[in-house]
Amino acid sequence: MSSPGDQPEFIQKYPIEGGDFVAAGSVSINVKNLLKGIGFPSPVIRRVAIVAFEAEMNVVMYGGGGELRLFVSPRRIRLEVADQGPGIADLDLAMQEGWSTATPEMRERGFGAGMGLPNMKRNSDRLKIETGPQRGTTVRAEFDIC
Amino acid sequence: MASLSEIASWLQAEVLSGEHLLERRVERAHGCDLMSDVLCYSQQDSILLTGLTNEQAVRTAEVAGMAGMVLVRGKRPSAQMVEMAQQYQLPLLFTRLSMFDACGVLYARGLRGNSHFPAKEGD
Repeated sequence: MSSPGDQPEFIQKYPIEGGDFVAAGSVSINVKNLLKGIGFPSPVIRRVAIVAFEAEMNVVMYGGGGELRLFVSPRRIRLEVADQGPGIADLDLAMQEGWSTATPEMRERGFGAGMGLPNMKRNSDRLKIETGPQRGTTVRAEFDIC
Repeated sequence: MASLSEIASWLQAEVLSGEHLLERRVERAHGCDLMSDVLCYSQQDSILLTGLTNEQAVRTAEVAGMAGMVLVRGKRPSAQMVEMAQQYQLPLLFTRLSMFDACGVLYARGLRGNSHFPAKEGD
């Protein structure tokens, strides 16, 4: 992930409320607007926003709340999204497209297709997930500014 | 390519937000009720057709960089959803046509889905 000396110039933290489907996604919109305000290229903003949104929805749906941390430097954007939830029992399985443990409520809202983690991987340049039963989950994603 | 204004007219749609943004032009459309798929398979500056009328549908459209959004099947959104679309500067159209018919009208007028374009990174 980040190399030594690649110090972020800017860090922003956003709390994420667990189970709050009405607010779910609002943190990612704030991230997108902030990056837009800084003036990053539109394609990288879209990739960051999509990964942030997928991760935020997972924290809301499964993680019981957590925090999104955004690290911005001129050449790289980094996201850390952490929760204190039950963790992902089988990460290899969860990375497979179509695998999901979503509830009917999540599916009614248009989510839970089992595409979240694979889509995070697809839209980031590097993705690392730390998880385990009763340890919570932390997603770290990096985006290079081309 | 078509403007959102033309799309609104072809779909006999009511404009619920973004009346001042209807000159935006789009060449791609994405018809989908599954927001996970919108995040995976849509392209920036497309128009999204959906029957999903909740807050996440608007946020998904915003995150995915949609040029506008059409609510199909006569499903009227809540005032909060319209307010959110206004806040995001996202044109929101409302039509009584079904998803199939709305997509058919736009296809007949020349709009296309992703399968008609060369795959790009992220497709």
